[in-house]
Amino acid sequence: MSTTIEKPEQELLISGSEAIAIACSMADVDVITAYPIRPYDTVMQYVSRLVADGEMDCEFIVAESEHSQFEIVKHASAVGARVFCGSSGVGWFYAFEALAVTAGLRLPVVAMVGNRALDDPGAFGTEHNDALAVRDLGWMLNWVATAQEALDTALMAWRIAEDPRVFLPCAISADGSFLTHSQVLTNVPDKSLVDKFLPRYDRGDKVLHPDNPITVAPQVNEDWLMEIRRQTDDGMRRAKGVVEEVHEEFRDIFGRGTPSPFFEEYMTDDAEVVFVGMGTLALPVRVAVRQMREQGIKVGFVRIKWFRPFATEEIKACLSRFKAIGVVDRDYSFGSPDFGGVLYNDIRAALYDSEKKPLVISFIAGLGGREVRGQNVVEMKDVMYEALATGKIDRDKQWIGVRR
Amino acid sequence: MGKTSLEVVYRGIFQKTLARNICRAIVLAARKEGKVGIGFGRYGDSPERNGIPAKYFAVVADTQEELEENLAMYEADNVDVTVAVDDTLCKGVESWGWYGLQPINQLTKNTGTVLVTSVQGRSDLVRDIHTKDVPYNIGVVQGSTSFSGLWVYKDDHTDVRVLGAICKVCPEMVSLESMEEAILEQWNNPVKVDSARKSHDRIETRVVEPGEGNPEEPFSFDLPGWTTMEEALVVRNVEQGAGFRGGDGGYEPVRNPYFKKWSTRTMRPVVNFETCIKCTLCWLHCPDSCFDVTPDGLYDSNMESCCGCGVCEDVCPVPDCITMVNEAEFEGNLSQWEDWNTNKDGYNKWMTEIVEKQKTQEPRSHGFHHVGQYREEVGSVTDSRNVVEGL
Ligand code: SF4
Ligand code: SF4
Repeated sequence: MSTTIEKPEQELLISGSEAIAIACSMADVDVITAYPIRPYDTVMQYVSRLVADGEMDCEFIVAESEHSQFEIVKHASAVGARVFCGSSGVGWFYAFEALAVTAGLRLPVVAMVGNRALDDPGAFGTEHNDALAVRDLGWMLNWVATAQEALDTALMAWRIAEDPRVFLPCAISADGSFLTHSQVLTNVPDKSLVDKFLPRYDRGDKVLHPDNPITVAPQVNEDWLMEIRRQTDDGMRRAKGVVEEVHEEFRDIFGRGTPSPFFEEYMTDDAEVVFVGMGTLALPVRVAVRQMREQGIKVGFVRIKWFRPFATEEIKACLSRFKAIGVVDRDYSFGSPDFGGVLYNDIRAALYDSEKKPLVISFIAGLGGREVRGQNVVEMKDVMYEALATGKIDRDKQWIGVRR
Repeated sequence: MGKTSLEVVYRGIFQKTLARNICRAIVLAARKEGKVGIGFGRYGDSPERNGIPAKYFAVVADTQEELEENLAMYEADNVDVTVAVDDTLCKGVESWGWYGLQPINQLTKNTGTVLVTSVQGRSDLVRDIHTKDVPYNIGVVQGSTSFSGLWVYKDDHTDVRVLGAICKVCPEMVSLESMEEAILEQWNNPVKVDSARKSHDRIETRVVEPGEGNPEEPFSFDLPGWTTMEEALVVRNVEQGAGFRGGDGGYEPVRNPYFKKWSTRTMRPVVNFETCIKCTLCWLHCPDSCFDVTPDGLYDSNMESCCGCGVCEDVCPVPDCITMVNEAEFEGNLSQWEDWNTNKDGYNKWMTEIVEKQKTQEPRSHGFHHVGQYREEVGSVTDSRNVVEGL
């Protein structure tokens, strides 16, 4: 199947969801499954419009639940189809069984998670605990901050996931509302460039097909499972190098992208105190960092893009340059070490054996889609400088923007 | 101070209750002597399927510390007593693919005991059991294979009769007195206590010398490592089959090289090649594709993959053309057709005799034929001695 309409290079006013739908079209995705849940369903709407308008040729299947939605793409991927799927919040959780086996089966499903708080209580706003729930299962996870990045990352995601050295699923996280529902000017590349960058998915001799009789996923016992897990582990370890390779090639062909595939630094050159976060948090933090810089405060920001695989060495080298790090989690891990966020605990673990250990502080902000404003960032900066001066972290001040 | 242990090798899933009852009673009886113990099953999906060999263990120790050395394991390292509650398991234990064949006495300690419920004699069983390089004892608890304790199967006292015998061959594990106390407490039935005592008094064992028994090397496999096995949970198909024994005529499928099923069955088909009308039904219906097509168009059941289900006997339209025969009658796994082809008279004579003999016996449980359902329980206290005598 192929897209019939060639899009000339153009600037469009589109949302993050629309950007991903366009990426599906440009990548000639074969099978797309859908089941509505906000905010992911905006992708579904754009895809159905593209299909209905004849701009996109794919099997577009609206399933009866998220579980089936992810099962269908899992099987389609096994027979050699390029696939796309997505969900949000508890919808993603309803697919959990299918999500877990997709990684175990080494199937390169590309999904979009429109990050959403886990209800009840019913809530639509963004929170990262939904996508983070699969962090230990063999899914590659990344967070994007703009519609442009959503489009570019989606194209890279198929290339990385479908690389036979990897063969792992990949979820692109896009913050609900701030990214899924906000339209910004986005550069849509020429299809010919995409074709050059993204070859067809070839599952080789692992494709499930009558001409290639194989059994997939046999029953195994304790005498096999560790070897299988170790193989998935190796795929994830190799994924890191493939991310670098693909990112480099993307920059060559499209002329866009951050120097490091794994994170983006902002005003960090001479910074003392640096914020670390993922997704659209970048937008208010960068504004606040700029304003504080005008006052001569040496702050900066590092936005983590790939959470799995976690670029341990690179992140360590980057962050150990600073005096204090404030990890701003738009998620929470109840009862975790130091009652911190998920990203915080991973970052702190990565820095454990580094020679220069900065002070690492966990901030919980923007849960349930609450806005993070400039004054919140200033507040966090104050906590960090105070901790640097006193050597003590005021644990009472780690939840930012919460009413007492 | 010390530890004793026992394994019950049974056919899943029918004999699981029986195996569990035996192991539970041991632990509860040993408790009466102030000991501690555990019972555990080697569970899994595959070993609990029809007729597939599985194991249950009981470990008894003087102290909690000694017991702990045996916790969180699937199998004990060695056992004082091995109980086989189906005598065809003496040919070996093969639970699933790549597992290889474990001799029934593999875990049995030097001078330990193998107890078998059987109507065969000790020496008949020793012929099937793989040789060991240390001596061990063998004893037979007289009786046919029991599904006792399972759903519609009435209690035939196999559990307590095995327990009584265990107290005799391994009194260090638990004494008969404690066992009787535990049986009464568990089942509240003095007839069962009688059965246990009788079995205890009656059981005799003999020493099996090193090197005595089946000299065959049990087949085994090396499991691949994570760097050598195929990724993405892919299992390749086997090649298609070719002519019979690689020749031009007939057809022989390629079979799973890692799962032999030589110890899976309790009965096997015997074919009368003279009356076969070559209708193909056995070949078509056999769930395990056992039948090799011979160059002369006959159907030869290959024992490498026969699970002994009896479907072929059921579907064969010619009376007595396929007969399921007690697996205990066989020592090897050779081709019946080859036998017949080289010596027709000899084969026909053997075949007629073995089929006639089978007709005089009760069949064993196999496939969907389950022997012993809805039978009466061993009777009341008053007539217990006679009834138990009869077992
Ligand atoms: S007994 Fe069952 S498995 Fe064996 S040959 Fe007959 S049909 Fe096949
Ligand atoms: S079912 Fe009986 S008659 Fe038919 S081919 Fe098999 S053995 Fe011969």
